[in-house]
Amino acid sequence: MRQRASHGAFPILARVEYYFIKRFQILMSAVTGQDISPPAPAMAPVPITSERKRLSLDWLGVMPFIIFAVLFLIWPTIYLIAGAFQDSQGNLTLTNIVNLFQPSIMDAYWISIKISLASAILGAAIGFCIAAAVTLGGLPAWIRSPLMTFSGVASNFAGVPLAFAFLATLGRTGLVTTFLYNVFGFNLYGHGFNLLSFWGLTITYLYFQIPLMILIITPALDGLKKEWKEAALILGATGPQYWRMVAFPILWPALLGTMLLLFANSFGAIATAYALTGSSLSIVPIVLFAQIRGDVLQDPHLGYALAFGMIVITGVSNGIYIWMRARSERWLK
Amino acid sequence: MKTNRFWSWIALAFGILYFVVPLIGTLEFSLRMRRGVYSLDAYWVILSDPRFQATFGYSIVMALVTIVVGIVLVVPTAYWVRLRLPSWRPFLEFITLLPLVIPAIVVVFGYIRLYNTSSFLPLTGSAMGTNILLVFGYTMLALPYMYRAVDTGLGAIDIRTMTEAAESLGASRIKIMWSVILPNVLVAVLSGAFLTFAIVIGEFTMAALLNRPAFGPFLQLIGANRAYEPAALAVISFAITWVCMGLIQVVTRLNKSLAATKR
Repeated sequence: MRQRASHGAFPILARVEYYFIKRFQILMSAVTGQDISPPAPAMAPVPITSERKRLSLDWLGVMPFIIFAVLFLIWPTIYLIAGAFQDSQGNLTLTNIVNLFQPSIMDAYWISIKISLASAILGAAIGFCIAAAVTLGGLPAWIRSPLMTFSGVASNFAGVPLAFAFLATLGRTGLVTTFLYNVFGFNLYGHGFNLLSFWGLTITYLYFQIPLMILIITPALDGLKKEWKEAALILGATGPQYWRMVAFPILWPALLGTMLLLFANSFGAIATAYALTGSSLSIVPIVLFAQIRGDVLQDPHLGYALAFGMIVITGVSNGIYIWMRARSERWLK
Repeated sequence: MKTNRFWSWIALAFGILYFVVPLIGTLEFSLRMRRGVYSLDAYWVILSDPRFQATFGYSIVMALVTIVVGIVLVVPTAYWVRLRLPSWRPFLEFITLLPLVIPAIVVVFGYIRLYNTSSFLPLTGSAMGTNILLVFGYTMLALPYMYRAVDTGLGAIDIRTMTEAAESLGASRIKIMWSVILPNVLVAVLSGAFLTFAIVIGEFTMAALLNRPAFGPFLQLIGANRAYEPAALAVISFAITWVCMGLIQVVTRLNKSLAATKR
């Protein structure tokens, strides 16, 4: 009975995790410089022997893991989600969710969404150009391996040190700022640029967004078959026509999906923003950080609702990413 | 085709510029502490700061404990699922990938509410308890990487035959785990371990919110109060990330050449 139930429940999950694994394998293979996709299953599906048909206690073997996951991942999350729908007496309510729509919190969500969107769109566009240059643009083949390795490292180089790197580069006395001033007499900060602002944070986030895009989109670009282009050109299409009418329609689910992944990636990030701007730029993770530290909203349940909003946004964008990925897999094998 | 290649070089050059300039900027800035000349002063100041030594040491210990907990948790589970519960695999893998979806700050918020002093498991009540909670949090953060690395490693060997051979020779389950399975997936485990190390060593959010004296919060503190030292710290952190990634490459290559000589 237990086995039947598990078979019935898992196909959906199997699909979901499959696309995550794809994404992860790409990351890992970039880091290690080799393909780690699992070899074809060495063994045939386990024959259900008479021993297994008896009520087995096999599931006990994964209980430590399940207990760990419930205690330190699932329950804390559910606790917050549940808290978002309760008042301080524990009654069911939607007040907290409604309270999210006050101007200060909406502003925080809005600026978070804007930064994540800008860094996702720019990261996707620039990453796509670099990946296309390396895969399709006729560059020497040896460039590819170091680029992928570097992307693996750079996409992991987030957090506080990244903020320091950009302060040293584009801060008021940073390398680029002083270079522009000394050589071209151009005062970057005099022209309204500020690293501790919307654009400053976006440029900083691009440092891990672009490599992530390169890592994920390169395999998709590899999947574009040469024959398609040849066929299109023989039929009289121009280069741009081929891109507009063949390549792009095949790629767009992958592109859009990856963009959502980048969006979720920067939406949850806090360390870089906090180290860069302190609390002067109130994006959602920083507001939540302050709320956890000192209950600045003066309403614990509003804090839960804030966290719930984050889960919804990252969850939905990851969900659409998976769905898009499914569409793009149809062509790109 | 000519123009195509031209634009490719432009794109690549832009990419290289964007990624190399901040590194050069950071390196240059970190050497600027002494007026007029380049010096390693910022590095000396940082390396001799007792808080650096304390927090860096703390984070190294946390990373090592996290790696051990991760291995103890993941290797037997992944092994068992592959051997006895293949139908559970998608479910477990789904769980291990959840940390990529739920932001760390949300999870740690849940910890603080759930494991406070008045709860059934008052982990945040004492320093040791909070350390344990932080290790579990880090294990959770590293779970996607650790689990996939180990699971892929297990897929490359025939665990069924190995287990049966060991069982018929009378080995106990723990003995099988320790002296048959673990040595065979060592490379995968090490890859996961280095990635875990790279993640844990500079982690900020969890350590800061749980108020532990880790390297990440120290980085932030220095960043808020000093000029040149943060750049030196960024260079050090970037070097650590590279070393971890480099070690992964080394162990995988080493394993490949070993496998080649065995054949």
